Amino acid sequence: MAMSVEFLAALRRIMPPDAVLDTAESLRPYECDGLTAYRQLPGVVCLPHTVEQVQAVLLLCHRLKVPVVPRGAGTGLSGGALPHEQGVLLGLARLDRIIEIDPLNRCAVVQPGVRNLALSEAAKPYGFYYAPDPSSQIACTIGGNVAENSGGVHCLKYGLTVHNVIGLKILTMQGELLEIGGKTLDAPGYDLLAVLCGSEGLLGVVVEATVRLLPLPERAQVVLAAFDDVALAGEAVGRILSAGIIPAGMEMMDNLAIRAAEDFVHAGYPVDAAAILLVELDGENREVSEQIFQVRTMMLEIGATEVQTARDEAERLLFWKGRKAAFPAVGRMAPDYYCMDGTIPRRRLPEVLTRIAELSKEYDLPVANVFHAGDGNLHPLILYDANQPGELARTEALGSRILQLCIEVGGTITGEHGVGVEKIDQMCVQFGSVELAQFHALRAAFDSSGLLNPGKAVPTLHRCAEFGRMHVHGGQLPHPQLERF
Amino acid sequence: MADCAMQLMEAVHAVYASGSPLNIVGGGSKAFCGGERVGEPLDAGVHCGIVSYEPSELVLTARAGTPLKEIEGLLASHGQTLGCEPPYFGGSATLGGTVACGFSGPRRPYAGALRDFVLGARIINGKGEILSFGGQVMKNVAGFDVSRLMVGAQGTLGVLLEVSLKVLPRTAHELTLRYLYSEPEAIARCAEWAGRPLPVSATAWLDGALYVRLSGSQVAVKAATQSMGGEIVLQGEDFWLGLREQTHAFFRLEPAQCLWRLSIPPGAPALKLEGRTCFEWGGAQRWLVSDGAPDGIHDAALGAGGYATLFRGAGQERIRLSPGVAALQQRIKQAFDPAGILNVRGP
Repeated sequence: MAMSVEFLAALRRIMPPDAVLDTAESLRPYECDGLTAYRQLPGVVCLPHTVEQVQAVLLLCHRLKVPVVPRGAGTGLSGGALPHEQGVLLGLARLDRIIEIDPLNRCAVVQPGVRNLALSEAAKPYGFYYAPDPSSQIACTIGGNVAENSGGVHCLKYGLTVHNVIGLKILTMQGELLEIGGKTLDAPGYDLLAVLCGSEGLLGVVVEATVRLLPLPERAQVVLAAFDDVALAGEAVGRILSAGIIPAGMEMMDNLAIRAAEDFVHAGYPVDAAAILLVELDGENREVSEQIFQVRTMMLEIGATEVQTARDEAERLLFWKGRKAAFPAVGRMAPDYYCMDGTIPRRRLPEVLTRIAELSKEYDLPVANVFHAGDGNLHPLILYDANQPGELARTEALGSRILQLCIEVGGTITGEHGVGVEKIDQMCVQFGSVELAQFHALRAAFDSSGLLNPGKAVPTLHRCAEFGRMHVHGGQLPHPQLERF
Repeated sequence: MADCAMQLMEAVHAVYASGSPLNIVGGGSKAFCGGERVGEPLDAGVHCGIVSYEPSELVLTARAGTPLKEIEGLLASHGQTLGCEPPYFGGSATLGGTVACGFSGPRRPYAGALRDFVLGARIINGKGEILSFGGQVMKNVAGFDVSRLMVGAQGTLGVLLEVSLKVLPRTAHELTLRYLYSEPEAIARCAEWAGRPLPVSATAWLDGALYVRLSGSQVAVKAATQSMGGEIVLQGEDFWLGLREQTHAFFRLEPAQCLWRLSIPPGAPALKLEGRTCFEWGGAQRWLVSDGAPDGIHDAALGAGGYATLFRGAGQERIRLSPGVAALQQRIKQAFDPAGILNVRGP
C-alpha cells in the first residue's frame, strides 16, 4: 500500500466512510483520465461531499506533506488528472450543485462538479446558455473546464473558459478559502482569474465558480463547403474573417476525417473532398440570412466544389454531429488513436498539413486532421495499435515532431487540452529557462509546498536539461541554417 | 519605430542591484491611475512601433510604447478595431499604458474586456530578465497565463515590451437610442435587453436618460430599433466618446471630490450614496462623484456584491481586498519583482 496507515486513519477520521476509497479494485477507475496511455493507481481516492470536507483533506495533506491531485470528470486529454502513487486523488464530482441561475445578472453560480452541458440545460428555460462547449461537454465539469481553460467549437466568437468565468472560490493547498471576483465584470488588483483559468490544478482547488450566461441566439445556421484542395479551404477561412464576419463556429476536416465521420454518422459529407469547412452563423434572423448569402458567394468564388446550407435544424445538427463525432469515428479506424492539440497561425495551415503528411509517411502512421479553423487550433489524430511492439513509442515521437512543427511556425504546443504530463517535455521547447523559472515562482506564490498536482504542466529546469531542451525563439530554431526533415 | 528592449532591460537590471524604485512612464496620459508613485522615471515610450499585423488572422503585435492612436489608425484602414474600445485619457496614450491600466470602454460587456483580447506579452520582470508569454494565436494554454496577468497590474509586475492582441472587424452600422428613465427603470431595462439576443454594444444611464447603442449589420440594427422603441440620438458617437474619455460634464470634479468606480452585479439596485452617479455596462460599472469617506463607499460596493475603486482624486484606501487575497497579491508581486522596484506606491 502506498499510503501510510496513519495517514489513512487520519483521513477516515475527517471523512465519511463512502468518501474514501483505497482498495485496488475501487482505485482502478481513477488510474487515468482521457489520456489513457498514462496510467497510475492513486495512493487513495477521496470523494468529498462538501467544501468543508475538501478543506479538511487539504489541511491534512498539507500538514502531512501528502501530494493532492484534483480531478473533475476525468475527461482531460493531457493527463492533468493522472494520479500520484503516494498521493490523494481528490475527486470533486460530488460537488455538483447548481447553486443559482441568476437571469437578472446574466450569470450562474455552480459547484465545480456541475457538468458543462447540465449548466446550459439549466439555463435554457431562462433563455440563456453557457458558451464554452468542449466536445466532452456531456461529461466534463466546470471545475475541470476552469483548470484546463477549455474551449470548444464556439470559442472563436464567444471565447474560452477564461472569457466566461467572472468569479471563483478556491481553496489553496494550505486550506485557505479565497474569493476572487463574483457577479461583477472585474475585480480590483491583479487578474487572478486569468491565472487560475488553465492552471491545471497547480494553484488551487476550485470549489465554486460564477460564470457568465449569454442569451440564446435567435437563429443559428450552418453552411458546409467542400474543397478539392486543403489550401483553398484554408484560404476560405481567412476570406470570411477578413470580410468582417465572425462565425459562431468554423471547423475544418481533412479527407481521412471526413470519411471516418461519414462512415460513422452518415451526415451527408462529400467523401471525395480533400477538405470540408463547416461555418456556423448565428444572430438575428435577417442578419444570418445575409451572412449565409455572403459566405456561400465567397466559398464559390474561391473554388468550393460544393456548398450546402442545412435545410432545417435537423440537418444542421447532423452536420455538427459528424464533426463532434470525429474523434470516436476516427477511433473506429484503428485500435488506438492519439489526439494532438497544436495551435498555429492560420495562414501557415497548408504548409503545416503538408509537413504532417510527410511526417505521417516517415513514421508510417496514418494521421487524420480535425481543425478549429477559425482560431487555428489543429487536432491531428494519429492512428496506431498499442499492441504492436514499438508503435506507441513511434506515435509519441511523431506527436512530438508535430508539436515542434507548431512551435516552428509561430504556434503553441497546446491550444485547449493542456500540458498535463503529456506535453511537459515540449514545454522545454516552447519556453526558455527564465520563463519556466517565472512560472515556478508564480506557482510558489499560491502553493509554496508544491504539493498540489506535482509533476504536471510546468517542467523543472532539471527535467528540461535531461530532455535536451531545444528552445525555439520567435519561431527560429537554434541553428536555422541546418535543414530539418 | 525603435527597438529599445535591451536599453530598458539594462535599466531595470541596474536598479535590481541597487534596489532604488523605478517609475515606468509611457505616454503619461494615465498618471492618475493607482495613485502617486515614487522613483526614477523610466521612459518606456521609446520602445515603440507595430511589429506585425495580419488582418486575416485578426492579430496585431506592437511594442508597448506605440501610440494607441497609431494602432487604431492602422486597424481602421483595414476595417478592424480593438474590441474593448479602450479609453485614451489623453492623446499621448500608448499601448503599454493602456494594457497596464487595463481599462475598457463602453463596449466591454458586449464584446469583451481588454484582457480578453490579450494573446501574448513580452515583459521585463523586476530582475531585469526579458520573458515571453502566450503568443499570436487565439488559443494557447501552454503555461500560466502571465500575459493576461499583466493587464491592469499597473506595471508592478514587469515593464511591458510587446503585446499581441486579437482584433475585431468594425461593425457596419451603429445607432444610438435614448429613453427618459429613472435609475431603477434603466437598470431593469438593461437587464431585460441583456436577456434577449439584441445587437447592443453599449448602454449608459446619465442625467436621467438611458442611452443604448446598437451595432451590427443594417438589417439587424433596423430590426432591433423597431422592437426597442426609443428616440434616435443624432451624433450618438459623440456621446459615447465623451463618456469613454470622461470629458462629459458629469466627470468634472470640484476640489475635495473624488471619482469612484463601482464594479458591481449589473442588476444591483441603485446605491444610496452621497454624490452624483451614472452607470455604464448595463449597470455593471457605476460612477460616483463624491467627497464621502472611502469606508462607506467600499462598504456599499461590498454590500452590493462588488468592489469600489478610487479612480480619480487623492485619498487613502483606493481599493479594498480581503486579507487573504491581499497577501496572495503581495506574494505574486514578490515572485515577479523580488526587490520591490517596479512602480512602487508613494506613502
